[in-house]
Amino acid sequence: MDRRAVSLALAASFTTALALTAAPALAQEAGREKCFGVSLKGQNDCAAGPGTTCAGTSKVDWQGNAWKLVPKGTCEKTASNGSPTGFGQLKEFREKRA
Amino acid sequence: MANAARMSPPMKFPAFTRLPDQAGIGLKSEHLRDLLGRPPAVGFLEVHAENYMGAGGAPHAFLGLLREQYPLSLHGVGLSIGAEGRLDSDHLDRLAGLMKRYEPQSFSEHLAWSTHDDTYLNDLLPIAYTGETLRRVADHIDEIQDRLGCTMLLENPSTYVAFAASDWSETDFLAEIVRRTGCGLLLDVNNVQVSCSNHGQNPVAYLDAFPVEAVGELHLAGYATERDTLGAPLLIDAHGTPVADDVWALYRHTLLRTGPRPTLIEWDNDVPPLTTLLEEAAKADAALDAEARRRNGATH
Amino acid sequence: MSGQREFAQALLRPETTAPDGLLTWNGSDASQRFAIYRNNVTVSLIDALVAAYPVVMQLVGETFFREMARIYVRLHPPCSRIMLTYGHRFPGFIESFAPASDLPYLADVARLERARRRAYHAADMPPLGPSAYAALDPEALGLLTVRLHPSTAILQSAFAIVSLWAAHQGLMAIEAVDPCRPEDALIVRPDLEVDVVRLAPGVAAFLASLEAGATVADAVANALRQSPEFDITTGLATLMASGVSAAFSAAGE
Repeated sequence: MDRRAVSLALAASFTTALALTAAPALAQEAGREKCFGVSLKGQNDCAAGPGTTCAGTSKVDWQGNAWKLVPKGTCEKTASNGSPTGFGQLKEFREKRA
Repeated sequence: MANAARMSPPMKFPAFTRLPDQAGIGLKSEHLRDLLGRPPAVGFLEVHAENYMGAGGAPHAFLGLLREQYPLSLHGVGLSIGAEGRLDSDHLDRLAGLMKRYEPQSFSEHLAWSTHDDTYLNDLLPIAYTGETLRRVADHIDEIQDRLGCTMLLENPSTYVAFAASDWSETDFLAEIVRRTGCGLLLDVNNVQVSCSNHGQNPVAYLDAFPVEAVGELHLAGYATERDTLGAPLLIDAHGTPVADDVWALYRHTLLRTGPRPTLIEWDNDVPPLTTLLEEAAKADAALDAEARRRNGATH
Repeated sequence: MSGQREFAQALLRPETTAPDGLLTWNGSDASQRFAIYRNNVTVSLIDALVAAYPVVMQLVGETFFREMARIYVRLHPPCSRIMLTYGHRFPGFIESFAPASDLPYLADVARLERARRRAYHAADMPPLGPSAYAALDPEALGLLTVRLHPSTAILQSAFAIVSLWAAHQGLMAIEAVDPCRPEDALIVRPDLEVDVVRLAPGVAAFLASLEAGATVADAVANALRQSPEFDITTGLATLMASGVSAAFSAAGE
């Protein structure tokens, strides 16, 4: 599209876009109180100091273990059709280990 | 003011701990909705300064709202006062910005280090208590108080190892820091229990040697118990359970010496419902009231 | 003496012994006690990554995530005291982490989570809404340059990053997600809430051009070049209503 065509198309689209977006109230107009619940998602407090009693972090052999790691979470549930990289590999690898 | 009477050490700056002599709680994001919805009666809130060093967004919005309702204690965990290297002036600037924005009733930090070269280790690491470290810590506190324009409170640490190089006791070291800098102290009673147990010392004797006249705030928290290689208890300052009975007993003993002081319930791991924190705070308030009554009774 | 150098190095290298000069009151093994500090450092940093990348963790499971994070922590300990930003190199690390190579989308999901966290803490600014644009002369629109909101991130991915993320917010079923369908994401925080928006074709290119300083007309042309299905109306509606606009000015002003 050349410059002239773009600016014509823009002017037409602008009117439509304004009509489309006129109705919904934007978040910032809704006030803070309404956001208490949701906006807290994602906030995490970190603190230096409090200790943990989890054992095992001083293991020496982590480098060796890293290559035996296998992802084992919700990734196993994703649809694998059409994967160019072969999601099937994951299953195969796990079966080999077992 | 009751505050004036307790400030016996010479202060280079106006008294800064203006928190009420009541129990407060740490502000955890898990509790924000409850706190904002139905603000409970607690004496003050304490936040970790570094969690409010983002530019904007919900943390500042909500802290700003809560600040209108509660006295605030700003508690730093990242200044690395005990580090061999220089203080980070950018970090001091960020702290100064928070002080200006929120005007907290108190600023406190730790007798510990957490940085080396460009690496931040995210833990409160122990220092040897020597003439050299004393000078360094005192210089750093002078710099902080000059930059922030206020008296800070320095917190006694939980430690798991001691240093062969140390030739000061921790209590003498802290007393000398107070003498040199005019800073106040944050006496963490759980840390006393943890450190004394870990070093075979008597916590009551530690408290009796502590420069209590400089104490501007008390901390209470839960510890976890492991065993060292000889089977002796090894206490971890875990902040993930209720305050232990022996720490409550030590707290009441502390109040006999310090008088009622602002007292924080710390709980940073496995954060429980707000009501659990409030129950812990109520226990501290009961001990504070009992001490206040005891003192009033003694003066009549 | 360089006591803290030795102490710090021993904290980050589990294969090294505890530093010299440590005492225990009862003669118990000082290295066990030193390991408490090492444990605190490692676990607290891993926990910081768990907090920052919750969807990545769900995708690979906690065991895998924590081991991957442990390796990252050792390679890239924080250089800032502000844990809110720790882990900004984690997406790139994931991309080169061989045990995760069966999940080629993982790094881009991490980029989305990193953008969300960045937006969460970004500077506050009231965004421009449609009403700010409504006053404009349609002829002038093409000549505008638009400054995007400080919380904005635009991600173009070969994978279904928005759907993968949404499936972990209870917004759709994970079984329904084909991870290999390309998706573009807009992450923006107009007020306090971080929005994650799946962008229509070409809109990411349109917004990215604006971010780089192009006029609206040039951004449209760029978007059409990159993506023939780009719909101008959708692009403008996103620009005006998503909160991504912070300010605009006529080009040359």
